[in-house]
Amino acid sequence: METLALLAGGFATALSAQNLLFAFAGCFLGTAVGVLPGIGPALTVALLLPITFKVPAASAFILFAGVYYGAMYGGSTTSILLNTPGESATIITALEGFQMAKRGRAGPALATAAIGSFVAGTIATAALTFFAPVVVELALKLGPAEYFSLMVIAFVAVSAVLGSSAVRGLTMLFLGLVFGIVGVDLQTGQPRFTFGLIELLDGIEVTIVAVGLFAVAETLHLAARHRYGEDELLPLSGSLWLTREDFVRSWKPWLRGALIGFPFGAIPAGGAELPTFFSYYIERKLARRPEEFGRGAIEGVAGPEAANNASAAGVLMPMLTLGLPTSVTAAIMLSAFQSYGIQPGPLLFQTQGELVWSMIASLYIGNAMLLVLNLPLIGLWVRVLRIPRPQLYGGILVFATIGAYGVANSVIDLAVMYAVGLVGMLMKRYDFPVAPVVIGMILGPLAEQSFRQAMTISQGDVTTFLTRPISAAFLAIAAALVLAPPVLRAYAASRARARSSP
Amino acid sequence: MNMRRRTFLVATVAAAASTQAFSPRPTRAQQRFESIFMFIPAGPGGGWDSTGRAIEQAARAAGLVGSFQFENVGGAGGMVGLPRFVNQRRGQANALIVGGSVMVGAGITNKSPITIRDVVPIARLTEEAGVVVVPPNSPHRDWASLAAAFRANPGSVPVGGGSAGGTDHIALGLILKALGRNPREASYVAFAGGGPAQAAILGGQVGAGISGYSEFAEQIKAGRMRALATTGAERIPGTDIPTLKELGVNVTAANWRGVFAAPGITPAQRQALIDLITAVHATPQWKEILAQRAWTDAFLAGDAFAAYLREDIAKTETVLKDLGLA
Repeated sequence: METLALLAGGFATALSAQNLLFAFAGCFLGTAVGVLPGIGPALTVALLLPITFKVPAASAFILFAGVYYGAMYGGSTTSILLNTPGESATIITALEGFQMAKRGRAGPALATAAIGSFVAGTIATAALTFFAPVVVELALKLGPAEYFSLMVIAFVAVSAVLGSSAVRGLTMLFLGLVFGIVGVDLQTGQPRFTFGLIELLDGIEVTIVAVGLFAVAETLHLAARHRYGEDELLPLSGSLWLTREDFVRSWKPWLRGALIGFPFGAIPAGGAELPTFFSYYIERKLARRPEEFGRGAIEGVAGPEAANNASAAGVLMPMLTLGLPTSVTAAIMLSAFQSYGIQPGPLLFQTQGELVWSMIASLYIGNAMLLVLNLPLIGLWVRVLRIPRPQLYGGILVFATIGAYGVANSVIDLAVMYAVGLVGMLMKRYDFPVAPVVIGMILGPLAEQSFRQAMTISQGDVTTFLTRPISAAFLAIAAALVLAPPVLRAYAASRARARSSP
Repeated sequence: MNMRRRTFLVATVAAAASTQAFSPRPTRAQQRFESIFMFIPAGPGGGWDSTGRAIEQAARAAGLVGSFQFENVGGAGGMVGLPRFVNQRRGQANALIVGGSVMVGAGITNKSPITIRDVVPIARLTEEAGVVVVPPNSPHRDWASLAAAFRANPGSVPVGGGSAGGTDHIALGLILKALGRNPREASYVAFAGGGPAQAAILGGQVGAGISGYSEFAEQIKAGRMRALATTGAERIPGTDIPTLKELGVNVTAANWRGVFAAPGITPAQRQALIDLITAVHATPQWKEILAQRAWTDAFLAGDAFAAYLREDIAKTETVLKDLGLA
């Protein structure tokens, strides 16, 4: 119960008028950068760093936490409405969310995303409050071998997004893997596929490709077809709000998403994207009507949106308990701690208890604030769809360009984004799915690096993946996911044959 | 669309206002420069960025410089920003670029046509020694034990640190060479960034770790990592970790940071910048920042710094060749 008393103390600090204002400013800014493609929470927090010279530490961290959470809320909006994910963690949301919007169900999609984010964010914050040290100790048990085996499961889960043709889906996955290789290799320091361009040494930014494939490609695609009057209309129909059925179909995915997302935030190789793939995969497998997936299944929005918010809270756990940054935003927040002369580490809770608890309290407040901020906005967002297509997509292109340039002030990034956009347009024309490209780009480097790290540690012994128990368990799960469906199908078929033949 | 545009404007204005409104107002008493253009060849938030911003903070508080303009161009250990600075600011007397050991190594491993040799050394400001640590449950209680394991078979102890060819990898190469082994025999496990490397060491996934002292300082203080040796010339103040030199291993390595001017400036213009940074270094604000951020003062200006830089480049080149990376 000591925890509750400390948390109450944190609320006392966080609920002061000044800090509430900082929380609101953070949530608002965060939602805005989440909506804008390319610009993410990491860059925003970095740009806000100079305020640490003048503002008390608690207020600055309340602001940063608001930006971080807010970006997770805002990112889903453009994914759903316009098929242009604002952040890499909301790419999966676009798959079902945009299909819902196309069928005039943008309102319920936005609502389930906002409420799911709130539910999962609150559950994850509560878990952070009470279990952070335990979860972090468990996460430390995972080494490179376990991460690699986890990536194997993730590659199996990719099958859910391959689309109608497995060959086309896998082709796109491999294209993504190739994009992921570009840049200096971490283990040897040698450049790969950079074609002598210094700007490519750090690799291609995932957000640049995502914005190119979704926003730019979508725009070019529409522009190319506009003259022929093949413009897809998005009529608004039905309720803006969740119906009873929507709610019944959403609440379980919210909870499962929270459960999947939270631990992923805590592991150093996690990130917010992986749990969204897993959540999508699981919802698709568990859905009563799996045939609806790809045509606007609300579960496919509710689950991944809950997962990415829960993982955002998860990321704060290793940062606050051990001083370990597991995301770029967390790393920048750590440098903010240092400019206050605070060295974040295992002793942070003891030495800076008041600050940490007020930051945790602000997460609860920020979550509630974001829900209040976002629900009324749904009506307004949906009206965006009434803007005539040419103007709307012209505007998207402008924002995508600003956002992509803003990531690193690099013209090469812009060139890559437009080149990828052109390829993306052709992919749409010939019905190649785009999601596997981005997923390959995220998973490929993670899998490759953890495989090689594990091999260096085991001194070249491949059996390390099987002799380490957690790694072996992950591989067993992956094998079961691949083998179980055909085996069960064959079994059912042989039973049916046995019954039908006398 | 209207809504989107408005929120975006608010966002940019708020970000701009935050940098403007909170900077201290300059008193124009002993102002030496009307304005300084500060180029950071890295993204906001990292070590080079905070060095540049700290110079601004101290210089403006003391009224040495009227205003600062910043440009951040990150990537490839400074190798993306450096050519841009050299080409665009040639002969500009009030332009500075932040750089350091990482830039020395990156120029060599990437075989970049423009390197740190193409800018004018002004002053080294800070440095940070590396530290060799082991997980708390490691069989190696002291340096002698770990060194014996390295001597017997360097590959048997996987060592975690930052990216290959970076300062951590270079320090390990120097150590193995001093112990009489080939640096290429190391089982060096490169991690992307401090977080994953620390997690691997804390969880006992690797046998040892090597990185800048500040990365591991809090874990060492909390007893979650055991520090065996530091790579500096002297012990880190406030710690009792022996240096490699004390332990009989003739290795010193430190990650230093400093500032450079644009090529093509006159000797008088160079001297004016050296005087400015010397004055910034003397301010009480700078001392305060050093203490607050736990940076080690390593001030070295002008020709002495230029000589140090030449030596550092030569030394780094040798190690990277030994490691097979140059």
